[in-house]
Amino acid sequence: MRADCRASVDGGIVPFMRHRNAHRLGGFAVPALLPSCLAGCSGIQSALEPAGEEAASVFNLFWFMFSGGAIIWLGVVALVMYASRARQNPHSERASGLLILWGGAIFPSAVLALLLGFTFWLMPGIRPWTALADAPQLRIEVVGEQFWWRVTYFPGDGSDAVVSANEIRLPVGQRVEFTLKSNDVIHSFWIPSLGGKMDMIPGRTNRLSLLATKPGIFRGPCAEYCGTSHALMAFSVVAMEPMAFGKWLSRCAKSSENVAAAGSDAFLANGCGACHTIKGTEATGVIGPDLSHVGSRRTLGAGILPNNEATIARFITEPDRIKPGVQMPAFGMLPHQDIETIAAYLKGLK
Amino acid sequence: MTRPETASVKGRQAQAERLRAVWDNPSGWRYWTSVNNFQIGLWYGSAAFAFMLFAGVLALLMRMQLALPENNFLSADLFNQAFTLHGTVMMFLFAVPIFEAIAIFLLPPMLGARELPFPRLSAFGFWSFLIGGVFVCGSIFFNAAPSSGWFMYPPLATDKDFSGIGADIWLLGLSFIEIASIAAAIEIIVGVMKCRAPGMRINMMPLFAWYLLIVAGMILFAFPPLIAGDLLFEMQRMFDWPFFDAQRGGDPLLWQHLFWIFGHPEVYIIFLPAIALMAMIVPTFAQRPIVGYSWIVLAAVGTGFLSFGLWVHHMFTTGLPQISLAFFSAASEAVAIPTGVQIFVFIATMLAGKVILSVPMLFGTGGIAIFVIGGLTGVMVALAPFDWQAHDTYFIVAHLHYVLIGGMLFPVIAGIYYYYPLVDARKLSDHLGRLAFWQMFIGFNVAFFPMHLAGLRGMPRRVFTYPADIGWHWLNLISTVGAFIFAAGVLVVVIDVLRPKHHAPRGETNPWNAGTLEWISEPEENWGVRSIPIITSRYPLWDQKNLASEINEGRFYLPDAQEGYRETLVTSVLDAEPLQCLRVGGTSYVTIVSAASLGAVFIALTFHWWITALICGVVTCAAIIYWLWTGTAEIPEKPRKDVGLGLILPLYVSGPSSVGWWAMFITMVGDGTAFASLVFGYFFYWTIHDDFTAGLAGPGSFWPMVALALFLAAWLALLTARTLNDRGQPFAMRLSLMAALFLTAGGSAAGFMGPWSHAMAPTAHIYPAIVWILVIWMLAHAAVGLMMQVYCLARSLTGRLTDEYDMDLRNVVLYWHFLSITAVVTFAVIGLFPLAI
Repeated sequence: MRADCRASVDGGIVPFMRHRNAHRLGGFAVPALLPSCLAGCSGIQSALEPAGEEAASVFNLFWFMFSGGAIIWLGVVALVMYASRARQNPHSERASGLLILWGGAIFPSAVLALLLGFTFWLMPGIRPWTALADAPQLRIEVVGEQFWWRVTYFPGDGSDAVVSANEIRLPVGQRVEFTLKSNDVIHSFWIPSLGGKMDMIPGRTNRLSLLATKPGIFRGPCAEYCGTSHALMAFSVVAMEPMAFGKWLSRCAKSSENVAAAGSDAFLANGCGACHTIKGTEATGVIGPDLSHVGSRRTLGAGILPNNEATIARFITEPDRIKPGVQMPAFGMLPHQDIETIAAYLKGLK
Repeated sequence: MTRPETASVKGRQAQAERLRAVWDNPSGWRYWTSVNNFQIGLWYGSAAFAFMLFAGVLALLMRMQLALPENNFLSADLFNQAFTLHGTVMMFLFAVPIFEAIAIFLLPPMLGARELPFPRLSAFGFWSFLIGGVFVCGSIFFNAAPSSGWFMYPPLATDKDFSGIGADIWLLGLSFIEIASIAAAIEIIVGVMKCRAPGMRINMMPLFAWYLLIVAGMILFAFPPLIAGDLLFEMQRMFDWPFFDAQRGGDPLLWQHLFWIFGHPEVYIIFLPAIALMAMIVPTFAQRPIVGYSWIVLAAVGTGFLSFGLWVHHMFTTGLPQISLAFFSAASEAVAIPTGVQIFVFIATMLAGKVILSVPMLFGTGGIAIFVIGGLTGVMVALAPFDWQAHDTYFIVAHLHYVLIGGMLFPVIAGIYYYYPLVDARKLSDHLGRLAFWQMFIGFNVAFFPMHLAGLRGMPRRVFTYPADIGWHWLNLISTVGAFIFAAGVLVVVIDVLRPKHHAPRGETNPWNAGTLEWISEPEENWGVRSIPIITSRYPLWDQKNLASEINEGRFYLPDAQEGYRETLVTSVLDAEPLQCLRVGGTSYVTIVSAASLGAVFIALTFHWWITALICGVVTCAAIIYWLWTGTAEIPEKPRKDVGLGLILPLYVSGPSSVGWWAMFITMVGDGTAFASLVFGYFFYWTIHDDFTAGLAGPGSFWPMVALALFLAAWLALLTARTLNDRGQPFAMRLSLMAALFLTAGGSAAGFMGPWSHAMAPTAHIYPAIVWILVIWMLAHAAVGLMMQVYCLARSLTGRLTDEYDMDLRNVVLYWHFLSITAVVTFAVIGLFPLAI
């Protein structure tokens, strides 16, 4: 089960680590490559490397505006430099007045009218004016919390909702509807590679529909300042082939094979279950992230640490040092052995 | 009366001596009680500039933290305080106040006036600003600075566990400063409209005055919604009223609306005065009048109007309907057109003239080059689809700094280099100026251009750190290097201004050979102009021969101060025909005492020291009443006076031709805007809920209608009092005033009974809370209205208010016109509207 899930993810795309090294090379070791690197190696959280329908439209819009803007800027600056030169014979007041009319009023009006017309034509395709008639197959509810993400999958086939956290997987080529909420302060949900952002506002439910066009691993940050560790609130995104996604989701609907492994007792005895849920155990807390399959997630602590036993142990020991302002209390007072056992147990929940 | 033409040289010297003595500043520590516009303008500007340097240091600290990924230079909390304070200080303590400072400094000589009409109000505004500013900035040294971002979005900023006392410091400190801003706006509007030199018709005003008039008008409509928002916010923080709490029917988005209805015009409130400075600088160095005067005035007015219709473009990602996004996208693009016109007016003027590329021009044209990039990225982010990606990223950080530094800071530095001779009679160093320009220009672009890319590559704003492997590290490192180059340039400007220059010889009076009137004023003299000239041109120093020497020989109006009063001319709004000789307030402690005690009220409220706040509030009231009683509407020793050139003008006018009436009118327009914002809140809650009363009891219709009837009766009684006063029946007038007084008290009690008798609990739900806040607003205004009635009664009894000298009564009646509108709206909304739904 686990093997075929990984294969389907990693097979089609550049692995995360290799990708990382590639751009580090571009950044530091080979400065001469920088200009060609501007768009090419911007990584997993970039609006300049679109892998979704909305992101691709906006990317094209951006290049269109960037090129036009560059030409206009060069024109204006050239004009200012020309006008700044000392001249024996100044231009007539009439000619200068015509420049105000054409350069300041008519030209911008025409350009802006064109740009607006183009955008209004573009907008319904990116985010429909009204709700879509045929509901998407998959709905994912994401709730912003300080400083992590509560994720619930509602499959279109009517099977049970699947609860997860801090990682979003979605099928390539299928439109996915996100319902976005918040329980505490305003957050903003953003996957730059797939599309623009949408705020999560207490008391309101916002909708966002995204369509991934390429499989891959991306990253989404919280885009609205939400408190002390706003900078440390992110999630990983995995766009998978639909078949693989279906398998992954049905696996996540069940409890992990390792729920009863060693460490389960330590987890429960130390009260972790008061805040966290592990499907198939007595741990049913809902204050913190669901940990049913935490071992299979790509990152830990809402997108900020690699996911391995050492980082899990560190997070249990000093969450407030890793993530200032986090609600989870530090468990550094537990015996070292217990922490390591719990960490190993959690890493085993795949 | 001696006519200036016939006065001997000796006579003129005696006149000048008297005038100098009247306008003289006190010496020693009493110097700080001065209210002269040159002193206030200079102090105000220096303080604002110092706050800018402070906020700049915060920015450098942030850049050091972000220079490397996963850096530990600043803690998360300190970083969050730093960026909150950086934005807050730059916007509220630098960008807006610096123009109020420049306006207070420049407008009187530019308009050919001795002073602005309310010099003590300017001084009060300055001291309020200084106290509030030091309070807000100082908080970071106690680790208590606001840390919720400069736009303070609830519920983060209403969460006391997170924001501690910082949010209160922000709310109360800035409300206090906003009051100072509105005071300055009133001063500027009345000054520009009523205090121009005779003959300076409105289409002959220097463009700086036009822009400041527009900007002051914008302040009047933009700041009050924020003050209303602050009020709601602070009620939630102090007393747990649920305005922004979704669980009790509130909505965090109301704050965003109120904040950005303020916040977007704010950008133009900052930008337009900078363009105004350019509009003074460019003609001087193109050595010709501006091309397209009416174009630029119309464009400025258009920008001002449009800027109020754009606020939603800060909220494109909040999930509003697409159709409103499209509307606000279009409106946001439209504002680019008048902005473009203004830029092209400068280019056209340069093309039609012979340009001298001096340091001010260097900063000006460099500013244009930077600003145009900010404008173009503005066109991009105004399109909703692009904004969905760019919003809240470093792309926006780059955009707003290109707009504000190119559109505001560079022109301000240009203005400093241009106008410094008016401060010290010497130019700043050309060499240092060019050095500073290139450092700032290159440093700025190195610092901020890469941020566009960082933002598009996914870097959100307001992050205190970022991962090493995400591709932003070298962009951030470059930005940090650029920031320090930029800061070095600013430092050069500071050194140039502060270096001792007294050993250098005094320069000429009009060193740039400019055409506008401010260039005849001499830094050694406090009187602004030696005599108030008759103006017949937009560029009088170019077009009116011998104007400077005739002014300085005292050949025009008011060359003397026989009675020992500070006097200036009041002229008509459109044609600037002389109407009145206005005596303005002089040196006084009362401004400092009022500002300090009012500041103490706000500071005490921050710490919940209720008794101290109450005591300071009483002191403030007493100080303001003393100020009004001793300093305003004084009955002159003679009704008219000869102001020179055979012109005889009244010394006392009341009603719409007086500056006091205008000030009251303008204040009440601002006040009405704040009230309208609260009413907007009421209907906002109505629209977002199916039943916004949540089934709770309302105030009913009975008590609100009784209150309305009593308030309208009080208003009628006051009108009757005015009529009786006009007829010369002081006794009947006092009786009518007393009737108004009792009716006001009765109306207030009835207004209170509405929500009180229905046991509306404001902490339970948004409906009782918004009803209570409207009633409290109404009652607070009724209390002020009551004090005004008592004041008029006392003035009448002491003989300071008569049928001939009735300025107080007329201004109070004007206040009551607005109060009666407030009463109608308040009681109709809370008492009748629930019946209709």
